[in-house]
Amino acid sequence: MPNISRDEVAHLARLARLAVTDEELDLFAGQLDAILEAVAAVGDVATDDIPPTSHAVPLTNVFRADEVRPGLGQQQALAGAPFPEEGRFRVPRILGEEA
Amino acid sequence: MSASVAVTELMDYDEVVQRFDPVLGLEVHVELSTNTKMFCGCENAFGGEPNTKVCPVCLGLPGSLPVVNGKAVESAIRIGLALNCDIAEWCRFARKNYFYPDMPKNFQTSQYDEPIAVNGWLDVVLDDGEVVRVEIERAHMEEDTGKSLHVGGSTGRIHGAEHSLLDYNRAGVPLIEIVTKPIVGTGARAPEVARAYVTALRDLLRALGVSDVRMDQGSLRCDANVSLMAKGAAEFGTRTETKNVNSLRSVERAVRYEMTRQAAVLANGGRVVQETRHFDESTGSTSSGRTKETAEDYRYFPEPDLVPVAPSREWVEELRATLPELPWERLKRIQTEWQLTDPELRDLVNAGAVELVAETVAAGAGPAEARSWWVSYLTQQANTRGVDLADLPITPVQLARVIALVAEGSLTNKLAREVVDGVLAGEGEPDQVVEARGLKVVSDDSALLAAVDEALAAQPDIAEKIRSGKVAAAGAIVGAVMKATKGQADAKRVRELVLSRCTG
Repeated sequence: MPNISRDEVAHLARLARLAVTDEELDLFAGQLDAILEAVAAVGDVATDDIPPTSHAVPLTNVFRADEVRPGLGQQQALAGAPFPEEGRFRVPRILGEEA
Repeated sequence: MSASVAVTELMDYDEVVQRFDPVLGLEVHVELSTNTKMFCGCENAFGGEPNTKVCPVCLGLPGSLPVVNGKAVESAIRIGLALNCDIAEWCRFARKNYFYPDMPKNFQTSQYDEPIAVNGWLDVVLDDGEVVRVEIERAHMEEDTGKSLHVGGSTGRIHGAEHSLLDYNRAGVPLIEIVTKPIVGTGARAPEVARAYVTALRDLLRALGVSDVRMDQGSLRCDANVSLMAKGAAEFGTRTETKNVNSLRSVERAVRYEMTRQAAVLANGGRVVQETRHFDESTGSTSSGRTKETAEDYRYFPEPDLVPVAPSREWVEELRATLPELPWERLKRIQTEWQLTDPELRDLVNAGAVELVAETVAAGAGPAEARSWWVSYLTQQANTRGVDLADLPITPVQLARVIALVAEGSLTNKLAREVVDGVLAGEGEPDQVVEARGLKVVSDDSALLAAVDEALAAQPDIAEKIRSGKVAAAGAIVGAVMKATKGQADAKRVRELVLSRCTG
């Protein structure tokens, strides 16, 4: 049933910031189609008495007490950052994608 | 900023509202004042050295798992209840995916199609007492983002920046987003409605004790969606979204500006571009930010690391029982207790003096005196100084002391003002000012009698008139005595003494 178009692959690639060539668009469209078809098989066994779920375990309301726990110090937090500056993470300039 | 310096054309406001109907949609983000963040135990506090309130969870490090802050869910439910919303029996968190480094995870944990609270309303009172009911679409839970510092740009803004520096202390702070349904039919009053709504919401959130609601620190932020439709049109026009308007006054200005700008665009046959705009406090104008030509695609999906939130009805009712007296209930009670007419209550509210008067009354002053001081003399002083009433350097307790001194007859109203002036000038507590400035009423009858006799002797013709029954003439003598005692006598007492001297 799934039928992923080249346009959809291009859209997904853009959202994921992946550079994809024209040939790859065709290739991935076919591959994604195959994957989605395999997953869609789940739909064959789903019946009305099985509610859709996003979790494998039937748990709700797992909460934490509002108590401060020690975190990382600044040095530790920045330990893996390639270009820390003024105690902050340095990233390339950002344009046009402000959330 | 774009290189173009073209002047934005604006339509006269009166013409705008003659030709168009504005439609508003307000999104308010409120940071909860919990001890910890939404999904981890890091401290939730404003400011601090960068990246010192962070951990693997809020930094999005691999392998870390979030756990929901129960207190934040409680606050969300209480907010929902106070806004007359239905509380969902079942809701989930969702990932909002995007590429922007203010969230180190590359997604924000939010709620999407299953918010915790839906379909509420808030009654908003305008300056003249008119009540507008604002319908609430939803209130949902999410997390705040980190703070970006843009380096290398001439203005510190994102445009022209060479790189950005990220501080994630704020990333993960519990945030409730409250979204209105479209607000229609408010016409020329749309900007005022917007301000009044955010004001009412702020007061409500403060009363609930769920946030410190500091717009200046960003713990309460408003995004204003504005569109126009021609009079009589049925379909909404294209909207713009003005971001992070960070004062109540700015909310009103931003809406008004967008109305005049969009009207000019439409009147010239143009079309309004659907975009995010930024409000500039200094000019009161908005400028184009991100264009939303294509619909955002955040690829929301249910957050697999968090289980659903399913508040039992018992829990919801328990939380409902914790709701404090809400602002409008409190005003109703105050109006009854202080015996205020509707206009008097409105003046009190508009002066921003309710809290101050209540505290002054709590410190022992009569409501009428307390109200009079705050709404008239002190409001004038605040205006002269260009500060908010609450920021005047006099406390309700100090004012209550001045009022008490008047009540016991130690000060006249005139002297009381001098004492208040002294307190405002930083001369200390009211009693110290009285002492230092020598402002006590001359209550010693023998001293007053001497002054009365002196005045009568100085004006024998008037004294004679009083003796012959022309009581009205006593005013001149009272005036002379008040002058002689530099206003430190109780005029009523002086008058009694004058009359008894002339008739006795």
